[in-house]
Amino acid sequence: PEVTVEVLAHLERLALVDFRDEEGVERLQKAIQFADQLQEVNTDGVEPMDSVLEDRCLYLREDDVTEGNCTKELLKNAREKVEEYFVAPPGNIPLPKLDEQETSLQGS
Amino acid sequence: LASWVPVVGLEIHAQISSNSKLFSGSQVQFAAPPNSLVSFFDASLPGTLPVLNRRCVEAAVMTGLALNCSINKKSLFDRKHYFYADLPAGYQITQQRVPIAVNGSLSYSLCIDNKMSQMVTKTVRIKQIQLEQDSGKSLHDDTRSQTLVDLNRAGVGLMEVVMEPDLCCGEEAAAAIRELQLILQTLGSSQAVMAEGQLRVDANVSVHHPGDPYGVRTEVKNINSIRFLAKAVDYEIQRQIEELENGGTILNETRAFDSRLGCTVPMRDKEGKQDYRFIPEPNLPPLILYDAKSLPANMNHQQVVNIDWIRERLPDLPSVKRAKLVEQYEILPEHSFTLLNEEGLTEFFENVVKQTQMKPRKVIGWILNDLLSYLKQHSLTVKESPVSSFLLADLLNLLEKKEISAAAAKQVLAELWKGEGKTPLEIVKEKKLELIQDQKELEQICQLVIDGHENEVIMMALR
Repeated sequence: PEVTVEVLAHLERLALVDFRDEEGVERLQKAIQFADQLQEVNTDGVEPMDSVLEDRCLYLREDDVTEGNCTKELLKNAREKVEEYFVAPPGNIPLPKLDEQETSLQGS
Repeated sequence: LASWVPVVGLEIHAQISSNSKLFSGSQVQFAAPPNSLVSFFDASLPGTLPVLNRRCVEAAVMTGLALNCSINKKSLFDRKHYFYADLPAGYQITQQRVPIAVNGSLSYSLCIDNKMSQMVTKTVRIKQIQLEQDSGKSLHDDTRSQTLVDLNRAGVGLMEVVMEPDLCCGEEAAAAIRELQLILQTLGSSQAVMAEGQLRVDANVSVHHPGDPYGVRTEVKNINSIRFLAKAVDYEIQRQIEELENGGTILNETRAFDSRLGCTVPMRDKEGKQDYRFIPEPNLPPLILYDAKSLPANMNHQQVVNIDWIRERLPDLPSVKRAKLVEQYEILPEHSFTLLNEEGLTEFFENVVKQTQMKPRKVIGWILNDLLSYLKQHSLTVKESPVSSFLLADLLNLLEKKEISAAAAKQVLAELWKGEGKTPLEIVKEKKLELIQDQKELEQICQLVIDGHENEVIMMALR
């Protein structure tokens, strides 16, 4: 499968993962190849299945308040907190523009 | 100068009025201590699963029926992926492929030329209604270069109502949203108070020349009231027209409405086109709804949402209420609009009518001209009125029995506003505003006037 520079850059931005080296690209190619084996199955006239749960009944819950009020416990997971708020980095830090970004193929 | 056709499409997010959230049992409440209404699922802790709240499904079905939609007996849930601090899971559960309701319509009325007496009915098509999760709230602290996150709102049920781009200006947008707001409040499916974020509207705006294909559209967000919605839409239409007439181009971007400056500005956070990587929500089977015909025989009724059952129990929608008011009380259509537009006013009006012999179509004048304008001047709601329906009815009875004149009644009303606890009759006696019915007394007064103005009488006699 062809893994172009554009596809790589697009995936990197979406997943916020670096494919900075050749090994990463190779691994990705192998993974796609492995998954492509699915294409060998003839699925003509077969509806795609979303989930093995598709025939199960979707359980409906009563509209009662049964959870919450565990601020202390939840904040235990926070690296940083300010007065019971979680702290996150500012807004969305814009990624550098596509042409400014170094890709693995250029760098290798 | 070539003419421009503006095209406006609205996307509405209405918070569902329910006790608990869409997929978890934490409470839905405005203004609570940060992160106190958050369950482990809302915080996206590993090992938690979504469990659908039946009340939210019913709210969406009610709304779909009220907007003349087809209800999909089988609808599906999907994941919409994007990164943001107030979306802890990294995705929102929504209904992208097959939403719960499709192909509806909303009728609303507009005044022509700002004259309430000339109203025209218009329709906007509803593309679909889908159930989805709300995100948490981010408080941006630019000075310390950080964002504070409160997840109380994360997971609250939303109904996203997508309209077709059938609107053409701010006035139409405002009127359509006002009607939608009234419908939601009548159904009780959402309290739809914009100031509390229970009703959020985004406007998609573009312009083109007649006969040409649609122009590039921009999305306008951060609109916090119906008044601002009209302003934002009209500003954006103007901005696009000016830009294009000056030879510029319109960018497919998201803009925020700045209510202080009355204009739209590009939003810094949005980055071109987003790829949301939609996938089916693997933890939720399809949502199946039933009607009288398809109802399975031996199913636990708590697990069943019956569309026909819900349809039978829909309350009178605003348009029906207005028609009934016009018929029952012989008032004008535009009166019925004003009655419904003001919270509690219809009830007040009907209470006065019940307690007075004056005809409703005369009472309405006192309600809309005197009572309402006073309330507006003092920024009071009907509930806060110092004059109760009982007092007003009392006053109108005096007028109806011809014990006072209309002018005197207005004077008494002015006194009643002070809320000093006096009855209309007491005020009339105090200020000696009674109409004199006695013939002899009237003759005496007239004679006195004539006697006191000899010159004028002679002038009149000479003519």
